[in-house]
Amino acid sequence: MIVSVASGKGGTGKTSVAVNMALSVGNVQLLDCDVEEPNAHLLLHPDMHSTEPVYVLVPHINEELCLHCEECAKFCQYNALFASPEKILFFPELCHSCGGCTLSCPRQAITEEERRIGALKFGSAGTVELVYGELDVGEPMAVPLIKAVKKQIEDDKNVIIDAPVGTSCPVIETVRETDLCVLVTEPTPFGLHDLKITVQVLRKMKVPFAVVVNRAGIGDKKVYTYCKEENIPILLEIPYQRKIAELYSKGVPFSIEMPDWKEKFQTLFSEIRRLVEE
Amino acid sequence: MKQLTILSGKGGTGKTTITASLAVLARNAVLADCDVDAPDLHMLLHPEVIKTQEFKGSKLAVIDKIKCDNCGFCREKCRFDAITETIEVDPIACEGCGVCAAICPADAITMTERVSGYAYMSKTKYGFMAHALLSPGETNSGKLVTLVRQNARILSEKENSDLIIIDGPPGIGCPVIASVTGVDVGLVVTEPTMSGIHDLQRALQLLEHFSVTPLVCVNMYDINKDNTEKILRFCKENSIEGVGRIPFNPKVTEAMVNGKTIIEYSPESDVAKEIEVIWKKLRSSLKSGEGFQKP
Repeated sequence: MIVSVASGKGGTGKTSVAVNMALSVGNVQLLDCDVEEPNAHLLLHPDMHSTEPVYVLVPHINEELCLHCEECAKFCQYNALFASPEKILFFPELCHSCGGCTLSCPRQAITEEERRIGALKFGSAGTVELVYGELDVGEPMAVPLIKAVKKQIEDDKNVIIDAPVGTSCPVIETVRETDLCVLVTEPTPFGLHDLKITVQVLRKMKVPFAVVVNRAGIGDKKVYTYCKEENIPILLEIPYQRKIAELYSKGVPFSIEMPDWKEKFQTLFSEIRRLVEE
Repeated sequence: MKQLTILSGKGGTGKTTITASLAVLARNAVLADCDVDAPDLHMLLHPEVIKTQEFKGSKLAVIDKIKCDNCGFCREKCRFDAITETIEVDPIACEGCGVCAAICPADAITMTERVSGYAYMSKTKYGFMAHALLSPGETNSGKLVTLVRQNARILSEKENSDLIIIDGPPGIGCPVIASVTGVDVGLVVTEPTMSGIHDLQRALQLLEHFSVTPLVCVNMYDINKDNTEKILRFCKENSIEGVGRIPFNPKVTEAMVNGKTIIEYSPESDVAKEIEVIWKKLRSSLKSGEGFQKP
């Protein structure tokens, strides 16, 4: 089973839910797909075993063969190739690696070469195996790195994926083809507004989902009304407690210091399984 | 005209709360909400939309099923897994590159314009505002951010405003890069948690990469005073100005529930007072020219 943990609004507790759940359930592979700001390892404190660079394919123009016909620049939808009077200029950060320029060149003057965008990191803590991606600073494109993290999925494990924040491309790539997406929200106007947007995205993608309300007790009750009206199951409520916030600030998963929560996260996971199997 | 971006790396540290408060204090700044996939600033500033614009960020492949002979060549060549086994286009996965249309032997594929969202120019009580909303499941948020910033510039020129305040998205990827390129000052809002510190460092590296002057403020600083000290020490050692420490106060959430900034809702609160201090420091930093982009 593959479970993703996402939220439109940042800082609602995605990573906290993902890590505490991972620590409470056996045979877990935890993937951190928030490659812009990976944080799961800061709570999990894993022993890191290895690092692997991740590359994307970008064009390399053989100047000797290039006729300066500009076909490649005309083809590129992302303005990554620009025909200046003297030569074809390439802007690597804009390239989506579609391979179209190579196909469009009548002289076969374009070949593809690898360009590094980040790295995969592998580690483990107890029974939890961790894989996360780390985007190099200044690189705009998270999606290819997220794909590389998801290639590491081991089907025989309980896979928990920590998604990036928001609702755009990186989130879509992360939750795509997961069995259920847990949406972590907080009962505030921002929390509700961003939850509604995320629900629209998941419905469009046909990914099943359920909600976890974090910091229950703050804000108002509108998240509950909305979930009831939309028939969205709320699987768990985590109350606002200063102790939980303080433990998080120190990098301690609260289910370790507050052991009754371990059982609650186990129940959460079996509830998810029940929903997936239905 | 100066531009200030509020960013954080980590989400939920209080970017929007602070941006909205700065908007109230600045008076007559132009606001730009560049968190286009989950924008929240409008919930505190209540903009009245003056102009709506369609955002056409990318193209979408459309297969003519009558011409298509199911050879599967498009599926083989698509790098985005956007063509299904039954040779249909998955609009969520399609990035509009045009490879399938170019290679289709039956000439059955055309690239069509798609509307990926809307950009708005609006008026608020505290100044004009440029914002947008990406449609669900659409991509290309970086391009939409660029459009929001263009609109903000148009508004600031028209209204003779000398400051644009940009509410940035979380992370450090494409929409964040689009939100910080060419701005004078980047205010990183962090929190005293291990993740906050980690993400702050990556956000600061990003600002350095794009030669933007960094400033830092710590929100909810009293959740972990040791970590706050660590952050401020780190800033000092790296010659980065720490402009403030905002305490945790449930009034911030109360203000949000009431659709107000903390400055309007509770002007005498410790949070409002500290944001006023931050605003004064920001203003002098923007004025002193320190905010100018380094060569």
